[in-house]
Amino acid sequence: MGSDDSSAIKLEGQLPKCLTGIQGLDEITGGGLPQGRPTLVCGGPGCGKTLFGMEFLVRGATLHDEPGVFVTFEERPEELAQNVASLGWDLGKLEAGNKLLIEHIQVERSEIEVTGEYDLEGLFIRLGGAVDAIGAKRIVLDTVESLFAALPNELILRSELRRLFRWIKDKGLTAIITGERGDKTLTRYGLEEYVSDCVIDLNVRVKEDISTRRLRIVKYRGSLHGTNEYPFLIGDTGFSVMPITSIGLDYPVSSERVPTGIPRLDTMLDGRGYYQGSSILVSGTAGTGKSSLAAAFAQATCAGGGKCLYFAFEEPVSQIVRNMRSLGLDLDRHVEAGCLKFHAARPTTFGMEMHLLTMFNLVKESAPRTVIIDPISNLSMAGNEDQVKSILTRFVDFLKGRNITTMFTDLTSGKVAGEYTETTISSLMDTWILLRNIETNGERNRALFVLKSRGMEHSNQVREFVLSGKGLELTDAYLGSTGMLMGSARAAQEAREREECVLRRQELQGRQRTLEARRAALEAQLAALRQDLVTMDDELAVVGAEAKAQETALASDRAEMARIRKVD
Amino acid sequence: MKEPTNRADDFEKALQDRGHQKYVLRLYVAGMTPRSRESISAVKNLCEEHLKGRYEIEVIDIYQHPELAKAQQVIAAPTLVKELPLPLRKFIGRLTDEERILKGLDIQLKD
Repeated sequence: MGSDDSSAIKLEGQLPKCLTGIQGLDEITGGGLPQGRPTLVCGGPGCGKTLFGMEFLVRGATLHDEPGVFVTFEERPEELAQNVASLGWDLGKLEAGNKLLIEHIQVERSEIEVTGEYDLEGLFIRLGGAVDAIGAKRIVLDTVESLFAALPNELILRSELRRLFRWIKDKGLTAIITGERGDKTLTRYGLEEYVSDCVIDLNVRVKEDISTRRLRIVKYRGSLHGTNEYPFLIGDTGFSVMPITSIGLDYPVSSERVPTGIPRLDTMLDGRGYYQGSSILVSGTAGTGKSSLAAAFAQATCAGGGKCLYFAFEEPVSQIVRNMRSLGLDLDRHVEAGCLKFHAARPTTFGMEMHLLTMFNLVKESAPRTVIIDPISNLSMAGNEDQVKSILTRFVDFLKGRNITTMFTDLTSGKVAGEYTETTISSLMDTWILLRNIETNGERNRALFVLKSRGMEHSNQVREFVLSGKGLELTDAYLGSTGMLMGSARAAQEAREREECVLRRQELQGRQRTLEARRAALEAQLAALRQDLVTMDDELAVVGAEAKAQETALASDRAEMARIRKVD
Repeated sequence: MKEPTNRADDFEKALQDRGHQKYVLRLYVAGMTPRSRESISAVKNLCEEHLKGRYEIEVIDIYQHPELAKAQQVIAAPTLVKELPLPLRKFIGRLTDEERILKGLDIQLKD
């Protein structure tokens, strides 16, 4: 891990240390092995002791410009070179460049008779010669214990070994002494008595058919160090140790947002999608569309020019690509462009730690913008719940520290549906999207809602999640008097509503027409009456005129009468 | 399988030859310490007594000739290497245990 890693134990003013260059080891030792002193590396057969020593020298020679001598008591130099060639280390080249010297010391028990006191001056001369020849700063003795088998006088041997370790210190060599594990002691011949500055124990444990290599710093005089057992991996580039304990919560956060790949989901998340560098959990039962949601996110990342790393623990890559094509997501294109990288593995292939370590390494190698783990629940097959949680915690911290957005999918069992994760990691997550299958009227429909999303105003609505050839879509779930309806029930309800609406409109139109007709009728009546009135007025005038005429006629008649009667 | 007829004769002959074999010995010492001197004289005495006239001995100081020590995989001092007759044997220590050395050198004691 780089020096920027928050998990490093930082120390100042301590005893001088020698950077090993072994991935992760310098973090847990707070800067490497004690400089100019011997370190004992012990472990059973096949633990990687020799490789540990060899990597220490190779890294020293290539990274720190410190030449080293490898003293082998067991394997021949050619065998050693062959064994590490697969890790890309060319010992021959290093030897030619005077960066490395392999000193083979062979002691045949059958050839040797002891006839009195002796010393190991010959060994000292050999080592001294080798160290001086290349100006070595580092030395590895692998494994000095074989001397015990070859030379019978243990008392002399022990005092000579004590002298040897003192000689190493006097020469200022940073040394690694390997030792085979004993029955009750760390090493078979009690080497830990002499090498007391730093002791590292390597072991392999098999639990439920899965073996995990672990490393522990038994002691480290004068220095603070990680005390736990750290899983390590011997991969294609050598050792990688993964620090477990340190949980750094001091990473900077981003307020940048990234699209989810589904426009409507962006809307639900404050209109702008996830936070860059946040952790997203998508949980749901089988077939709720978790992987599809993840693929949509991958597609969105790649389309935005980012890199995405997709860990598939359930399906082979080709299958994912094919399946997503049916949803209109063309992942192939991104794979070819190098934006999208898949890593598919069966969870049971390794222990939990190994997976995590592999993921660590891949993340560091490809520096993605987005990491997808599909699904994490499968990983729990490779470890127990506590383990999974502690490891995921570290992984989440690691990713957040690098401002990588992570999406985990989690398959929940159908029995305990809802707000529950198989790996109980929900508290680590910033955004939790719950997918659910809702069964009504003989059909199942997918529903999506945002259970939580830290730091944003997210929607509280349940949306129907529709997967089709057109892609992923979120639609409103129908909320009516009869409850929430989805799928065909929603469609039917919507149709029914449309129909009712039409009917209502028609009825209203009818009533309007009736009223209008009545109004027209009334108006017609009104006109007729008004006509009657006019007629009546006319008649009235005629009658009045007649009455006046009659009166005039009567008066004139009376006057006539009076004239006739000769009224006086 | 056909049994060799002259087995016993061969055996006798080999035993007789053993008494005339030539010894090539090398003694590696680390400087002229008292221990080195003691071992040199011990070897010389032993050879004079048991291998007179049919031995060659070379004393090598490993400080002067580390490359020789390396070639012979000598790590302890003093070390006496019996190069001939085969098999190769190494005796480490002060070479004071005469009986053991003689046995290792495969030398028959004179009665």
